[in-house]
Amino acid sequence: MIIQAMAFYLFATVTVASAVMVISVRNPVHSVLFLILTFFNAAGLFVLLGAEFLAMILVIVYVGAVAVLFLFVVMMLDIDFVELRQGFLNYLPVGGAIGFILVLELILVLGASSVIQVPEGMAASPAPPLGEVTNTEALGRILYTDYVYLFQTAGLVLLVAMIGAIVLTLRAREGVRRQNISDQVARTPALGMELKDVKPGQGL
Amino acid sequence: MVDWASLWTIYGWPLTVMVGQIMLVLMSVLISIAFLLLADRKIWAAVMLRRGPNVVGPFGLLQSFADFGKFILKEIIIPDAANKGVFLLAPVVTVVLAFIAWAVIPFADGWVISDINVGMLYIFAISSLGVYGIIMAGWASNSKYPFLGALRSAAQMVSYEVSIGFVIVTVLLLAGSLNLSDIVRAQKTVWFFIPLFPMFVIFLILALAETNRPPFDLAEAESELVAGYMTEYSSVPYLLLMLGEYLNIVLMCAMATILFLGGWLPPFDVAPFTWVPEVIWFVLKMLLIFFYFAMVKAFVPRYRYDQLMRLGWKVFLPISLAWVVLTAGVLVTFDLAP
Repeated sequence: MIIQAMAFYLFATVTVASAVMVISVRNPVHSVLFLILTFFNAAGLFVLLGAEFLAMILVIVYVGAVAVLFLFVVMMLDIDFVELRQGFLNYLPVGGAIGFILVLELILVLGASSVIQVPEGMAASPAPPLGEVTNTEALGRILYTDYVYLFQTAGLVLLVAMIGAIVLTLRAREGVRRQNISDQVARTPALGMELKDVKPGQGL
Repeated sequence: MVDWASLWTIYGWPLTVMVGQIMLVLMSVLISIAFLLLADRKIWAAVMLRRGPNVVGPFGLLQSFADFGKFILKEIIIPDAANKGVFLLAPVVTVVLAFIAWAVIPFADGWVISDINVGMLYIFAISSLGVYGIIMAGWASNSKYPFLGALRSAAQMVSYEVSIGFVIVTVLLLAGSLNLSDIVRAQKTVWFFIPLFPMFVIFLILALAETNRPPFDLAEAESELVAGYMTEYSSVPYLLLMLGEYLNIVLMCAMATILFLGGWLPPFDVAPFTWVPEVIWFVLKMLLIFFYFAMVKAFVPRYRYDQLMRLGWKVFLPISLAWVVLTAGVLVTFDLAP
């Protein structure tokens, strides 16, 4: 048990410390790198909880894809942090209010779940003990049976968002020649070249 | 009063065993990398009708060790404009990520350091992190060629990971488990490359793109980007980047072996084949895939960048997505799902 406790405090400390670094370092690229460290340690905490599937998905989705795109954008943009800090006091009330609301909601959710007894019918599929089925199976059983409509709806929302992003950025410009692979493959020597019999001394 | 004897049996002995296993895998992988590197160079040489490295040791067998000594003894040059911390962190990240993936690879039945239930997801997660080493190296060098190489590589790896994920999903549908040992055991009757042959071919191509090997080595295309993200590196940091790249290649060979070629299983479950130790079969299959990697490098010309993107998003993604739907449909219709 002592090893687990040590691991928990290690992961928790590094998570909080690197989360603080994300918003306090000057260089935006360093900030993203600290964000990745935060995600990593959060995944470590998930593993300690026995939620190995969630830990891996967190790493794959957030670290492997989302943070790569963050880093990509941050590296390409020329961000002047001095300029950004100038508006700091203007945005403080709004930012503070949002933070306060988030904390309040978190307390409400956590408090409610510990105080209010969830009725039998509401907790559709209680998590089976870890020894019987693996984490992945347990999640799959709940997601694809009781919550299948919500799951599909979430998928559709994401699909709409994706198509929306494509539609917003797609523009058909005039006069751009695009490569058409099938045209290129279908091209034969007869179509592409013409043989001329050039008489000596006369030219074409 | 601390009971030292029980402390030893609970923590000390398992820790010793674990460290021993890790060192064993680490050393055998490193030594095999040294010879695979030589094999790689010998194979290109043979394709180009050259002799390849043949001076150090008999048939040049010790060439990689000589190169290793050379890299170690050279001076580490850090560019003035580089972001020093990230510049030195990048090679370390590359190598560490390439090594930790080996923790879940089963070399034979039960020969695995950590037999976790989400082994496949773990490998996928680790290999999707490989891009960080490249991006960090490219950005921290603060120079134009490394930066362009890093950007290209980031876009390329993110694009190809999507399809590789779908290819893995088809295998998982047939195996019914994320545990790598269980995936191999599920191939007892038939290796998955037979029912999933198109996916096997796509996986082999995607593995090239994922490891930045030719014809997809746009990140280090020497004709346009000098050496890409490695341009500013020298000595040991360069060695680490190179080592990470080769480790990833061998890891992809191991993954192809486990997912499609039946891992440690012999090709036929009859007498002369079952006498050979399981680990030998595993290594032989990996070498087969590695030979393919080397041959492709030797005779396929490099892709243009827009062709690469087109291939990833418009060809492989739809095909692999359709194949996932098809596999799932067939499994459900004929009630074959494990």
